[in-house]
Amino acid sequence: MADLTSEFVGIKSPNPFWLASAPPTDKEYNVRRAFEAGWGGVVWKTLGEAGPPIVNVNGPRYGAVWGADRRLLGLNNIELITDRPLDVNLREIKTVKRDYPDRAVVVSLMVPCEEAAWKAILPLVEETGADGIELNFGCPHGMSERGMGSAVGQVPDYIEMVTRWCKANTRMPVIVKLTPNITDIRYPARAARKGGADAVSLINTVSSITSVDLDAMSPEPSIDGKGSHGGYCGPAVKPIALNMVAEIARDPETAGLPISGIGGVTTWRDAAEFIALGAGNVQVCTAAMTYGFKIVEEMISGLSQWMDGKGHPDVAGIVGRAVPNVTDWQYLNLNYVTKARIDQEACIQCGRCYVACEDTSHQAISMSPDRVFEVIDEECVACNLCVNVCPVEGCITMEELAVGAVDKRTGAEVQADHGDWTTHPNNPAVRQAAE
Amino acid sequence: MSNSPFTAGVVPARLSAEALAENFGDLHPPLDPHEAAVAADRCYFCYDAPCVTACPTSIDIPLFIRQIATGMPEAAARTIFDQNILGGMCARVCPTETLCEEACVREAAEGKPVEIGRLQRFATDVVMAAGTHPYRRGAPTGKRVAVVGAGPAGLACAHRLAMKGHDVALFDARPKPGGLNEFGIASYKTVGGFAQAEVDWLMRIGGIETHFGRQLGNDLTLGQLRDGYDAVFLGIGLAGVNALRVQGEDVKNVLDAVDFISDLRQADDLSSLPVGRNIVVIGGGMTAVDAAVQSRLLGAETVTIVYRRGRDRMSASRYEQDLAASKGVRIVTNAQPKAVIGNGSVREVEFEYTEDTPDGLNGTGETLRIPADQVFRAIGQRLEGAPEPLALEGGKIKVTSSGRTSLQGVWAGGDCAAGGDDLTVTAVAEGRDAAEDIHAEIG
Repeated sequence: MADLTSEFVGIKSPNPFWLASAPPTDKEYNVRRAFEAGWGGVVWKTLGEAGPPIVNVNGPRYGAVWGADRRLLGLNNIELITDRPLDVNLREIKTVKRDYPDRAVVVSLMVPCEEAAWKAILPLVEETGADGIELNFGCPHGMSERGMGSAVGQVPDYIEMVTRWCKANTRMPVIVKLTPNITDIRYPARAARKGGADAVSLINTVSSITSVDLDAMSPEPSIDGKGSHGGYCGPAVKPIALNMVAEIARDPETAGLPISGIGGVTTWRDAAEFIALGAGNVQVCTAAMTYGFKIVEEMISGLSQWMDGKGHPDVAGIVGRAVPNVTDWQYLNLNYVTKARIDQEACIQCGRCYVACEDTSHQAISMSPDRVFEVIDEECVACNLCVNVCPVEGCITMEELAVGAVDKRTGAEVQADHGDWTTHPNNPAVRQAAE
Repeated sequence: MSNSPFTAGVVPARLSAEALAENFGDLHPPLDPHEAAVAADRCYFCYDAPCVTACPTSIDIPLFIRQIATGMPEAAARTIFDQNILGGMCARVCPTETLCEEACVREAAEGKPVEIGRLQRFATDVVMAAGTHPYRRGAPTGKRVAVVGAGPAGLACAHRLAMKGHDVALFDARPKPGGLNEFGIASYKTVGGFAQAEVDWLMRIGGIETHFGRQLGNDLTLGQLRDGYDAVFLGIGLAGVNALRVQGEDVKNVLDAVDFISDLRQADDLSSLPVGRNIVVIGGGMTAVDAAVQSRLLGAETVTIVYRRGRDRMSASRYEQDLAASKGVRIVTNAQPKAVIGNGSVREVEFEYTEDTPDGLNGTGETLRIPADQVFRAIGQRLEGAPEPLALEGGKIKVTSSGRTSLQGVWAGGDCAAGGDDLTVTAVAEGRDAAEDIHAEIG
């Protein structure tokens, strides 16, 4: 049985599945239910400074994107940080941590960009016995208009400055939560490291409008006929998050910086993918908000079974295992040649591969009068579109041509050695060097 | 309640009014909008989709399902009606399990096709409920076409001709329109007076003048019609019923299944319909199943379908056979009728077991007797009253692929025409295609 216990920036938890700072972690009642369900830790929903609490809209605060059978693929929200009094949250955090000492309790914070504000709140959090803090530099809606959240996260200098204040004023580990609403995620990550962050967590939500009410001509969620952009999350954002996690993991300037992976984690497999790309643990929100806390049981059993099958004894051993295989396009092997292959036994003859290739790609699939679909090797560029549109998993596969075989499209033999853009004769840089 | 399933003889009211109402409710209840959305999501939007190929009227099924999925059932209905103006009835009565749904790639993938028939009903019901007719009549052409038979073929032909601007005179021997839709289909497949409502809706195209109680051959001759109209379409169906040709067939309570089905459809009060305690239905098609199932639903204690060949040769689909079985109908195969036994009224039927050999069907000599106080003949219908000069083929009116008969200016379609498979949907396709050909000829 694989060991799922996790230690992230010195914070121990029985498994690497934490609930992200969000509505599920806004109060004691929910967090107790989460811990009873088996979650390894929580990041308590973002606290603001003392004083009159934040207010939220009183109309809908979520918008959604659905796939087939109304499966929730993406959720966005215009909810702000906790709207409960600071002292209530602190009291509850203390109680929960006392009752669940083996679980991770990290507190998310967002106060104005002044050192005094951070100095004021840090001791209050420390007093609860919480395991660490997460700096919310990510929320793209509402708070950012007030100079907080992603307004900080979009300026690397501010990230570094605030991180430094926090490191100087608390003994707790400091996790910096990053916004994806920037051009290159490496800059804010580097700033966090420079400021002394113990870790980064990402991604926060993506600025978004999920849909438009065509009768009211208002973005959703619509508040009295008007809408505001929200933060997008859920399965739809996972690819964006995976890339950003990998970018930080393989950036020499941030290599080794612990990462808490967030963004559409829905199953054990999603979690394993984040971990393979360098995340030390994962945080989950939308999946729990869609299906409830029980999903963690599937995540725990699935990750454990997969690790056992692969012979991975512990989580630490799989962190970043795929990072060395994330590279730049220019280093991809152009001598690696594949062709699509259609398993005629598995084919249900829907013709989607055919029409996708015929209408939008390379006319590399033939269709017979009795609906037999076959790949035309002379035309197939191995783009993978047919694989992706086929409704039957495993029916169409990409098969590698052996060294020495002739690629019927180019007439060239498949070479054994690696050959990429950096050495390709069509690369102007290569030609220049040769002259 | 005076009678029960165990009352001897042919009597009415074997079941309570409530039980009858429940038994004759919708066989496939309509999808609600949520169910339709879930069902529509399963369609893969296949290229050159096999379901379309399998549909005799070539409805663009992936397109109409996508239109349902995107919240536009009215557009979906238009896609259906463009090809099949009786799309509402076909959604109810088509043997989809041997047509579109059999061809559905999800049948191949999972043994569970997209519910095309029910989705088609969902879309067409939306338009029917709204009471809108999505087509307008073209500018009048001044041409007149006689359509004989107001069944599926005639109605489809008349509507298409009216759309083109021709004046249509629609004749039918019965007192009201609909043909087999109205008189020949099991009640539980088309409840709530749908057949008449659909005809009324179809007629809203305008330009169709109806003449009921006019039968070809009596006061209506093909010669008159050819003289009086620019074209004639015959959709007269198969009025004759094949006889058993066995001893004792003429005793009381040996009836034609089509008459029983028709009486049932026309009955205002199902508890007034007499039905036997022990029923034997002879035949292997949809008519046999419709008669057998409805006998059970009326409260007959035992119902047996007897078919002379093997089960795989029955023209009733496997789905229909299973439906019959689920309603408690027993199906006996490889047995042919030898004699109807009874003194005045039928008491039992004697069958001989058969073997289907390459040389034909042979009796084995072994016999079987099944008690029966009512017997329904369902061994096929035949063309009756076809005008003399028309060339026939296999007992039906010989036609080209566009419905032209051997006589200039006369077209035919539906069950009375050769070819096709005697389905409502085939009749609609033939009527529609003949209308297009007539239009091309006279337009």
